[in-house]
Amino acid sequence: MANRTQPIRPIHFIAGGGAFALLLVLTIGTVIAVWTHAEIGSGLSSSDWSAVRFTLSQAFVSASVSIVLAIPVARALARRKFRGRALMVSFLGAPFILPAIVAVLGIVAVWGRSGWVSQAIAPFGFSPLNIYGYFGVVFAHVFFNLPLATRLLLQGWLSIPAEHFRLCAQLDMSPSEIGKHLERPMLWSVLPGAFLLVFLLCISSFAVVLALGGGPRATTVELAIYQALRFDFDLSKAALLAVVQFGLCTSVALACIFIAKPTNFAFGLDRPPERWDGKGTFHIICDSISLILLTLFLFLPLLALFIRGLIPIAHLPIKIYAAALNSVVIAVGSAMLTIVMSLALAALIIRIARRRKRISQIVEGLGFLTLAASPFVIGTGLFIIINPYISPFAVALPVTALINAAMSLPFALRIILPAMTRAEDHYGTLGDSLGMERWTRFRIAIWPRLKRPIGFAAGLSAALSMGDLGVIALFAPPDIETLPLMMYRLMAAYQLKMASGVALLLISLSLILFWLFDRGGQLEHHTR
Amino acid sequence: MSITLDKLVLNQGNFQLDADLEIEEGHKIALLGPSGGGKSTLLSAIAGFKEITSGRILFNGADISNDPPAKRPVSLLFQDHNLFPHLSVEQNIGLGLRTNLRLNDSEKEIIQDALRRVGLGGHGTKMPSEMSGGQQQRVALARALLRDRPVLCLDEPFAALGPALKHEMLDLVAEIVDAANATLLMVTHQPDDAEYIADQTILVAQGRAFAPVETTTLFHSPPPALASYLGTRRAHG
Repeated sequence: MANRTQPIRPIHFIAGGGAFALLLVLTIGTVIAVWTHAEIGSGLSSSDWSAVRFTLSQAFVSASVSIVLAIPVARALARRKFRGRALMVSFLGAPFILPAIVAVLGIVAVWGRSGWVSQAIAPFGFSPLNIYGYFGVVFAHVFFNLPLATRLLLQGWLSIPAEHFRLCAQLDMSPSEIGKHLERPMLWSVLPGAFLLVFLLCISSFAVVLALGGGPRATTVELAIYQALRFDFDLSKAALLAVVQFGLCTSVALACIFIAKPTNFAFGLDRPPERWDGKGTFHIICDSISLILLTLFLFLPLLALFIRGLIPIAHLPIKIYAAALNSVVIAVGSAMLTIVMSLALAALIIRIARRRKRISQIVEGLGFLTLAASPFVIGTGLFIIINPYISPFAVALPVTALINAAMSLPFALRIILPAMTRAEDHYGTLGDSLGMERWTRFRIAIWPRLKRPIGFAAGLSAALSMGDLGVIALFAPPDIETLPLMMYRLMAAYQLKMASGVALLLISLSLILFWLFDRGGQLEHHTR
Repeated sequence: MSITLDKLVLNQGNFQLDADLEIEEGHKIALLGPSGGGKSTLLSAIAGFKEITSGRILFNGADISNDPPAKRPVSLLFQDHNLFPHLSVEQNIGLGLRTNLRLNDSEKEIIQDALRRVGLGGHGTKMPSEMSGGQQQRVALARALLRDRPVLCLDEPFAALGPALKHEMLDLVAEIVDAANATLLMVTHQPDDAEYIADQTILVAQGRAFAPVETTTLFHSPPPALASYLGTRRAHG
């Protein structure tokens, strides 16, 4: 490349290095803290082993079911043009920012003991469904990950060059031959990565297991950590379990990176497909059924939540204000922190990459490290580090914001880094040639190209943090609540109607925050 | 053989292309014009990949406007992605004979023959990734050879090649088309390519595809639409 290399200024080292150091403390540092506290000698009890087994087995089943079901749906979306296709594809992204506890409540409202389905089959003599335990955990994980898996596979389908489909049409290939020559090779390359990513997410999901699992037969390692810390206050046992969890997550994440990098966030998925096959009635019926079932599967729980929550939302207790305020403060704080950290890291990575490709890849890889780190391991580690000096419960809110920021960093970095690389390559050099200096260069040449991705990343991060029920459950004292925590406490007390009201408020606030950030990034359209 | 574009109208977003012309048998025809001018769109429509807004496409007088791509008398080569990366060179060519790739011995012999004709004898077991861009396009040409359609359409297939290699490929195309007594339609934005291979040229500019004209005549006294595309380079040279 004829690029004139950008100098690394002190600011890049201080900001980027600072972000990097913070990340290292949060990921590696907390693991070391946990490690030194773990009493390996005591070993894992039989209930701990059963937690490990349950963690792996439910993740395996959830990932398999999600991926297998995603194949026909992604195939249908890849080869059909219909009204609302773009809407449906973006709807598939919704579970990503849908708070887990909200989804669980919606699933219970449809599939639970007194839910819609149980009521509908009761007249025919069927006993009510049981959504708790193994089945419930897998069901909720499929609800979350089927859309994600569909998007990943759809991306694979759309990565097949348009020319290849034209070629098949020109050569008069049948749908099964297209399957053999185009779709199966693509699936073999995409499926392992998608499976591992879903597997990883199912290993480290907490809220679903907290709400639907529990007991000796449906406890994951994360839940066991939570119980050890909250109920037994057994730090060394929590630490030991955290080491186990870290080992599990890291090995799966490493496998993920080596077998297939988790694919990028795709923005072009609503591009209308151009296909000449699958015109037969049989294929049209199959595709329609897949799409209708998926829509019902995803939409019914949300609809149920809406119907149930509409009246209670007007009668929420007065303490809802404090909880809502806490949630918004955590979400905004953590979004800001995420953006600052990703900007600093991205700027450093790009500048190192110009000189040492290898080092920048390592830094970038570590940026994605928190994808493997469980918030509970980080939380347990911070708990151990903070505990001698100050009561962890007193700093529940800032710690939650910090850990949430670290958790959404991989996603934000993935959005911001490519955008900044493009901006630097295309316009940074233009700015240099015009003699722009430092902040002027950033303000005029780089920032306008980054606003949109930053807005989007901040929105995602705020929504993720808003719905978090993991870290906050670990740290919050009884008198401090966020909306998800309040929901959980209401659900545990079987006040499902009230919980639905809180859920509606939570979703609304999440969406408003996401919209505000995303919109903010799109002001002044002339940058395109 | 003849292809008639009867009051054909194509739309792409806000862009509209009109074509009302006739292409006669055995010519090698260049579609020349600025990028974004609709050359590729026109070729896609003839090959059946682009829905037409109005008008008809006739082949020997028969309306083929609604025929699926495989039923049209056309082989279309793209600029890129003409080969499946997971199939060998032989298999990629074999798709032109049998899409299920259950090939018998005489068919395998035909494939070897086609390979030799495009100058790639003995390369049949290679994978596309082991070949250069020019070689890959030769493989695609070999497949078109087997399909033996009366019209060969090329959508800037050699745009990424250097001048010497490009002329080599154009010679090969001319040889194949002449031997099969086929008609060539080739999209290009390089006037040199048109002059090198095409006896006739269809100018596609300003939302219109003009009727084919002898290439030499066209460049000798360019109409205004062509002159504005060529710029001053030719007016003075």
